[in-house]
Amino acid sequence: MSVSTRRSDDGQVLMIQVHGRFDFSTHQAFRDAYEHSDAPVKEYVVDLTHTTYLDSSALGMLLLLRDHAGGDVASVVIENCNADVRRILSISNFEQLFSIR
Amino acid sequence: MQMCDASSPSLTSSSCSAFAEACTVNLLIAEDSHGDRMILAALLRRLGHQVYEASDGLEAVAMFVKLEPDIVLMDALMPTMSGMDAARRIKALAGTRFVPVIFITSLASEREQAGCLEAGGDDFLLKPYSRVILEAKISAYSRMLNLHRSVMQQRDQIRTQNEQMLSEQRLARRVFDNVAHTGCLDASNIRYHASPLSIFNGDVLFAAERPGGGTLIFMGDFTGHGLPAAIGAMPVAEVFYGMAAKGFGAADLLTEINQKLRNILPVGMFCCGALFEADGKQGSIRVWNGGLPDGWLVRVNGERVAIPSMHLPLGVQPPERFDVTMELFPAATGDYVVLMTDGFPESCDAQGERFGEDSVRQVLEGLDAGDHPFDALMARLQAFTGHPDPADDMTLCCLEVGIGGGVTDVAESTPESALSGSGSWHCVYEVRDRALADFNPLPLLLHICMEVPGLRRKSGDVYTILSELYSNALEHGVLKLSSEWKKTAEGFSLYYEERMRRLSDTQGHYVRFTLDHEPRVEAGRLRIRCEDSGQGFERQENTMGARAASVHEYAGRGMGILKRLAKEVSICGSGNCIEIVYDWEFPAQGATSQ
Repeated sequence: MSVSTRRSDDGQVLMIQVHGRFDFSTHQAFRDAYEHSDAPVKEYVVDLTHTTYLDSSALGMLLLLRDHAGGDVASVVIENCNADVRRILSISNFEQLFSIR
Repeated sequence: MQMCDASSPSLTSSSCSAFAEACTVNLLIAEDSHGDRMILAALLRRLGHQVYEASDGLEAVAMFVKLEPDIVLMDALMPTMSGMDAARRIKALAGTRFVPVIFITSLASEREQAGCLEAGGDDFLLKPYSRVILEAKISAYSRMLNLHRSVMQQRDQIRTQNEQMLSEQRLARRVFDNVAHTGCLDASNIRYHASPLSIFNGDVLFAAERPGGGTLIFMGDFTGHGLPAAIGAMPVAEVFYGMAAKGFGAADLLTEINQKLRNILPVGMFCCGALFEADGKQGSIRVWNGGLPDGWLVRVNGERVAIPSMHLPLGVQPPERFDVTMELFPAATGDYVVLMTDGFPESCDAQGERFGEDSVRQVLEGLDAGDHPFDALMARLQAFTGHPDPADDMTLCCLEVGIGGGVTDVAESTPESALSGSGSWHCVYEVRDRALADFNPLPLLLHICMEVPGLRRKSGDVYTILSELYSNALEHGVLKLSSEWKKTAEGFSLYYEERMRRLSDTQGHYVRFTLDHEPRVEAGRLRIRCEDSGQGFERQENTMGARAASVHEYAGRGMGILKRLAKEVSICGSGNCIEIVYDWEFPAQGATSQ
């Protein structure tokens, strides 16, 4: 399973973990991870601890998640990026749209 | 559309479905015993199959060629040519077509039975054969045949569709080329690598000469591949070339491109891009990088300046949040600017190792005087990947900055509009207060002048005159900046910082253009008067000695350009007003006309 999800105990935070390569092949699994959440989610956390690689279509998927979560008022956190992943996020200046930690 | 539908192959051809429903096959029986052959043939005919009979291997091969049966039932031992030899021939003749060959044999030893299969047989039945098993085998093989045929048909369909797609791509490429053309990418100071089909990898590269001189280069990399990326590139090309020809600056282009892409691209699709503007006269370059790898300024003095991505890619932010701030660098003749898409540093060697940004930096740092960064980068990449041809999805562009090249004649090649324009007119246009900071009136003024057909060929001249007049009025008249500052590196940034600061307070100021055009026979005269709210020459000279230098500087540089282009140049008022007369005429009959 390349994408796994977990809810915080109070149900308000949806944690999405991506394993291995985060690219177009992950597209459907990543969408399913947040589109079918039944209860409302206040914050999304994309945990990239186990993500080895991220390409531009993954950047597009992150934008889709942000849009789904409310666009400019969305609360989407990207965390635990390795150096390569972090570099790709920085080149595209995604810090301006997501909180990356 | 009709043609397209008719030519595309359909998966269920009628022969295939008929074959599947009735489950009848064309059988070839090769059996030297007349009695056995008759019994077998009668049995199979009763089951509804079409049966052909051969009495030896040689005849079987000949009938196979002529009748193309679906399945062959073969006796192993026959005179003239044995069943095994016939099976080998038939399999060779069938090629990629699947023709099951089932041996019917009385050969008892396992080795002999295995020999039947080694000869290319697919199965065997031992004599005396059971009718039930024979029937079951034939229907099993006809199912396999069916499956094999549909796989083959799908393969052919995929092949045809792939060929169709490639030819569509070639056609689309031609349409795209007409919209995007090469602009001035073929100019001697630009070197680039872009794969012919790179547009289908989402990479675009455009270059245009600005009407008054100077170069604009846009490099983009759309998310995704194929058609969506190519379609997104079309409006970008239109905006880029359309606005560049009308005299809009880089910031206006970026704003427009971003807004257009934001409107047409679905969320999640965007365009990483960089726009680079070299001013032919001011000795400066401006770069905006949103999402591309570091660009580089390779200075003739040995300095290497990275131009990192400072912005979100195009098409992500709504217009009100889009940041169009450009990085400004002083530049000298012989400096190079290098831009690349991520395919360049992402290129891999045979072991899957990335070329990497560090290698780019090393190549640029290791350049000797006289080395061209483009050649050095391409050579290093080639050595790294071991492939003579670079990958399809990378674009590299390198521009050699040429300062003071003067006015170019690009506009001479601008195609004539079919509409006849206005000949005699007068107009006054005043930019005042805050608009001085936010608004660039040049495209509008140029547009008005371009309504005169004869002036269209002179858009370069007209733009240069307007832009010289406007920047003089704004920077030296209204903002009271001294171009003396721009002579040193510190002064250069001071100049632009001050320019920015002073632009925030332009209340009560104005720059007024008065344009007048009168037609003549096959010719015309354009008068442009540009007046500003500044103090003008004389009072400047009297009150502030330091600023006198700017006047002389202006008189030396800008005035030179104006005098070269215009018939008359006169300074009026207190020096805060310049008037020029520009005459044009149609080329004489027989001369080259555009």
